Parts: sequence; structure tokens; C-alpha cells
Amino acid sequence: MRDAHFCIRSYLADKNGMCLAIPGKILKIKGETAEINFNGIRKEVNIAMVDVKIGDFVMVHAGFAIEKMVPDLASEIQGYLDKK
Amino acid sequence: MKLDKQKLLQSIQEKAKEIGRPLRLMELCGTHSQSIAQHGINSLMPKNVKLVSGPGCPVCVTDQTDVDVMVGLALAGIPVAVYGDTMQVPGNLMSLEEARRNGADVNVVYDITEAIKMSQEKTGLVFFGLGFETTTGMTAWAIQQGLIVYSAHKIFPPAMSALLANKQIKVDGFINPGHVSSIIGTKVYEQFKIPQVVTGFDGEGMLSAIEMLLTQILENKAIVQNVYTDLVKKDGNPKARKLIAEVFEISDAHWRGLGEIKKSGLKIRKKYKKCDAEFVYAELIAKIKKEIKPKPSACKCGLVLQGLIESQECPLFGKVCTPDNPQGACMVSVEGSCNVEFRYNRK
Ligand code: SF4
Repeated sequence: MRDAHFCIRSYLADKNGMCLAIPGKILKIKGETAEINFNGIRKEVNIAMVDVKIGDFVMVHAGFAIEKMVPDLASEIQGYLDKK
Repeated sequence: MKLDKQKLLQSIQEKAKEIGRPLRLMELCGTHSQSIAQHGINSLMPKNVKLVSGPGCPVCVTDQTDVDVMVGLALAGIPVAVYGDTMQVPGNLMSLEEARRNGADVNVVYDITEAIKMSQEKTGLVFFGLGFETTTGMTAWAIQQGLIVYSAHKIFPPAMSALLANKQIKVDGFINPGHVSSIIGTKVYEQFKIPQVVTGFDGEGMLSAIEMLLTQILENKAIVQNVYTDLVKKDGNPKARKLIAEVFEISDAHWRGLGEIKKSGLKIRKKYKKCDAEFVYAELIAKIKKEIKPKPSACKCGLVLQGLIESQECPLFGKVCTPDNPQGACMVSVEGSCNVEFRYNRK
């Protein structure tokens, strides 16, 4: 398992190219839109490409969740988010 | 378990030494090139291991003609929306940024839903759809919502076949893209008989991929391995692929640097022709294409994208061509090899 802290930091520090993607946690779902927590920042994201439920972690790219992430990385990220 | 960077580096040194001969490993994703530069990974490599960039930056491989069509539409008075990275890509006539300065209605969006909102006020707006499988799903969804799109979307595996078929290009292993693979999965790569590792974008992930490639080379294996298991699955994301297949069909496409690659592009299916700029603005686009005057350029982006030369070998690099005054697509995108090289390695 890679270091999730390191991972998030390098994602956020990255320059904002069209390929930047950030992991986040689903807080609310309304149709094809979900409210997602990114490291304390909440944002609405389109979830038409994934099958997800509240509490799932997803990788978000240009406003869309592209894929669900597996729970072990998710819990590591959660630990990181809780500390914030 | 956290991977130990020191141990990885030590193993890379030992294995490279044991292999002995010069090795070239190609990263196939622009974000990987960026990560390698950011973490100074090149300077940590043994003398006989060379990391080269491939055609993995979607902005960079977008053909000149596609840029010309978007510029032409904008200059003809049609509102257009594009991802920011595309603004400065030089076309034969001008870039979209220059078209905007000339009064054309060119809008930058971060997210395709912004383009949908915009199109409600700006009737007939055309979105420049480009990128690999990661962005294609979003475009497919937007088309189903009624957005008009000019598609320069591409699929990745045919470009890998093209690279392998070119005997001039010597590559001993591929570092396969992370987010593209989250959609297409890892199984599709099994057709290529070359060592391959899918990885994410952090320093450790990159080092693990390199270490695993060297192990494969040493053991004479050519398999597909995946270190990005928290995101990338063997079959990828079927829901996203279904969405793409509903809206797009496979066509031939032109890649900057690689030329035409059969069955490597995606065009909008007839069912959605009302959202296909090539149908909606058919006459205008035909006229624009006819009037394209190829501008001679000394840009060597095409060779850079195939790993045939390095950015620094281009005579324009850093002199005439800089991120503020890009002469080619590879200097425009923050994931383009020339841009990455300029920002991180130019002393
Ligand atoms: S340095 Fe500029 S001109 Fe040379 S290959 Fe790169 S983008 Fe093209």
C-alpha cells in the first residue's frame, strides 16, 4: 500500500492540468450528482460513470467520479481527513 | 505495508547492473512524466536505465487539423468551449487563445457540465472533446444531455501497437497509464508482449513500477502487473465503458507525431448526430479543412512523442520555444514532455 498522505499531498500540489485527479468521499447523493469531501473541501461531482453509495471513496477527474476506490486505501485517506 | 523508497532504489541499482545492457522504459501517461520530473526520479536512475516519455499527453497528440477546425468554428462566430490546456496549442492559422483575442467566443471550462450550462445561453456552442478513455465517458454523458461536440477523442491501446510496430523505437518496458486503466482495465494490455506495469502518480508508485519492470526483464518475462490496485481493476470500469460505447464508435484517427492509426479514434454515432459538430456544421467544417494551409514548423514534437528524441535535442527548445511562447503542443500542456523538461530540468 502506498502512503495515502503523500499521495494526497502530491495530487493537491500538482499543477492543474486536464489530467489531474483527486480522491474524495461521498457524503450525499442526488440523482447523478454527489456531494464529495475532498480533504475538507466539499464539492458537487457527477457520478454517472460509477455505481456508488454514501461513504464510498472515488477518484475524481474534471468534475466526474471516474472509478470507485477500494476500502483499504479509503480508510487510510479517511484517517488522514479526520486528522485535518 | 509502506514501500521503502531506499530499498526500491537499491533493488533498481542491483537489477540494472545485473542486466547490464542499456534499457529504455517508456511512461505512457503525461502525469507520469510530470511525476518523474517532480520527484527527480531521472537523477536516481542507474546509468543504463533511461526513462522516455511516450504519447500519453492527450493535448499533445491532438492533431493540428482538429485544432484548426475548432479555431475555424470560433472565427466563424460559433461559440466554443475547451479545456484550458488546449488554449495555447498552435494551429496552422492560430491558437484558440489567439482566436479569443481576435474577438471569437472561446470559453475555458474545467468541467464539461460548465459547457452544458453555457450552451443553454449560447445556442450552437461546440465543445472540443479530446482525451483518452478517462475524459471520453464525460463527453459521452454530455452528448446524451444534448451538448454539441467536435470529437478528437482517442483510444489508447492502438497507439501502443503502433509504437511497438515501429522498429526505430526501442523500448524495453512500458509504464502504463493509471487513470486510463481505471476505465479500460489491465486485461487489454495482455496482447502486448512486452513488460508492463500499471501505476499511480506518487514517487513510490513510479519507483515500484520501474523495479518491477527490471525484475521482469531480468527474468525474461513480459507480463502485465498492476501496482495501482486501489483504483485499477482487471476489467476496469464497465459502466463507463458502456456509456462510451453507447455514444461513440471506433474510427481511424490522426495522432500528432504518430500519423494515422487505424481504429484509434472515436466518432459520434449517427443516433446522436444532432450533437455531432461534424454533422451540425458539416459544410463549414469541410470549408475550414479545405482552407488549411500547413504552416512549416521546426517543432519536433512528433519525434518527442515517440521517444525518438528528447526535448533538449529540439533546436527550438528553451530558445524560441518556452511555456510562455510555445511552438508546439508538447510545450503547451503541463503534462507535455517539453513543458515538463523546461520547468524541472532546464538549468
Ligand atoms: S521544444 Fe517546442 S518546438 Fe521543440 S519539440 Fe518541443 S514543443 Fe516542439
